[in-house]
Amino acid sequence: MERPFVEIDDVSMRYGGAEGTLALRGTSMRIAKGEFVAVVGPSGCGKSTLMRLVTGLWPCSAGSVIVAGKEVDGPLSMAGMAFQAPTMLPWRTILQNVMLPLEVVEPHRRRLRAERAMYEEKARRLLALVGLKGFEDKTPHQLSGGMQQRASLCRALIHDPELLMLDEPFGALDVFTREDLWVELQGVCNILKPTVILVTHDLKEAVFLADRVLIMSARPGRIIAERRVPFERPRSLEITYTQPFQQLVHDLREHISAARRGEEPPLAAPAVQEAPHAV
Amino acid sequence: MPFESPSRSSGPSAAQRRIEAMAAAARRRRRLQVALPWLIIIGTFLLWELVCRVFDIPPFILPAPSAIAQSMVKWWVPLLENSWQTLMTTLIGFALAIVFGLLLGVAIGSSTLLYHGLYPLLIAFNSVPKVAVVPILVIWFGIGTIPAVITAFLISFFPIVVNVATGIATVEPELRDVLRALGARPSDIIRKVGLPRAMPYFFASLKIAITVAFVGSIIAETVAANKGIGHLMMLASSRFDVPLVFAGLIVTGVMGVLMYVVAVAIENRTTGWAMRGQDSGQVSVAGV
Repeated sequence: MERPFVEIDDVSMRYGGAEGTLALRGTSMRIAKGEFVAVVGPSGCGKSTLMRLVTGLWPCSAGSVIVAGKEVDGPLSMAGMAFQAPTMLPWRTILQNVMLPLEVVEPHRRRLRAERAMYEEKARRLLALVGLKGFEDKTPHQLSGGMQQRASLCRALIHDPELLMLDEPFGALDVFTREDLWVELQGVCNILKPTVILVTHDLKEAVFLADRVLIMSARPGRIIAERRVPFERPRSLEITYTQPFQQLVHDLREHISAARRGEEPPLAAPAVQEAPHAV
Repeated sequence: MPFESPSRSSGPSAAQRRIEAMAAAARRRRRLQVALPWLIIIGTFLLWELVCRVFDIPPFILPAPSAIAQSMVKWWVPLLENSWQTLMTTLIGFALAIVFGLLLGVAIGSSTLLYHGLYPLLIAFNSVPKVAVVPILVIWFGIGTIPAVITAFLISFFPIVVNVATGIATVEPELRDVLRALGARPSDIIRKVGLPRAMPYFFASLKIAITVAFVGSIIAETVAANKGIGHLMMLASSRFDVPLVFAGLIVTGVMGVLMYVVAVAIENRTTGWAMRGQDSGQVSVAGV
């Protein structure tokens, strides 16, 4: 069997010295090349910490992270990232924003000057793929939040990253935009086939997009369960209304509730416990 | 049809008229905005003149604007020569402040260690009255232009450092992560994000720095110089030629405003992206 692309072994992370908060405790996971994994869990369970450990932005306190067969001991220098905030640079046009990674990552950095036209064409194609055709030369503030987030996804994908890290990238968007972007992200990933780690607290989103969903416990976080998502790709939004889909979401919801109960006493019953995405 | 009834009762031309009236009001407002600074300046001078005449204030206490104007006409050659000297002194000091302010601001803004290490010293330095420094500069460099240039530099350098450092230090952590995960070196992050991001802060500080640079050079000129507006004012006051002292003050004020306008023009050209609020407002008014 092929070696997993990401191997996380018994990783722990503690902030602020020996007495600090333990954010992660003995977390392990394997992610195959080209796999789309979603990590869900109650808020504050260390999901974002996990992302920073995998990309090598922070060193872990214990355990090991191996990406592409190499122990991570510093920033990965190839991972694409997108966050809840689009963080576009307001002084650049959308096209220039999307091309920012090319000015940084090797080997594109060296080639950019000579092959500018080719790279620009690539950025335009990517923007068109997420429905931003015609907005290339606008500045970020001329675009809505959802459009900026699309551009942010393009920026994370422009250098064909082998690893794509998404930290609640659709968290600040309205439901309709969010669902549109799920479909678009799925389409882009189908073409580029990166390995994706998506951190989210939207269970519907996790099930719709991922091959596998990992559930984390409350802080200190660790993986307490995982579910394979059996649905065929490409998936359409219709699938979210089917019985098996909702069953899976409901199942995940139960796990999250259990994870929360494990840490904090229930204050009051949630108002709409049965609604699959009321998280 | 609830939306149509009002327009039907008053007619479509009424709506048109209302829009035109609003546009005309906006135009009047804009004209007033342009004219207002001039009106206020002229009004102040008129009031000043009136007070001087009505209360018969002696010219060596408070000369009337007319007396100052006469003095300006009479002494225009030395006024021009000395204000040119002061302008050059100030601009050289200001240019030095820009260079060193940018360098130190970038260094402090991008390194927490430097920030914590240097900030107390900078604050202490900025708290020292520059008048007290001038005699030391005179001992070192002698009477003349150099102490004035250095004083202008010393006084205008601090706001630049603080603003540039703030702009660079407040880069969003997510953006930093995005770039670091791509293998960006710290110098990449400063060049691609930190510096452009600090530019609005930098230009805001230039507006403050250029005005205080005049303060610096004129302070030095009044203490120890043989040229410059400050020197001229000292000479004039020792001869009790108070109208000429005021003429010097007014010339200084005019130079300050002119340099400020230049700084604003450069700011608008280079960092228009940071001013989108004001821009879009003007665009929509102009579009009506």
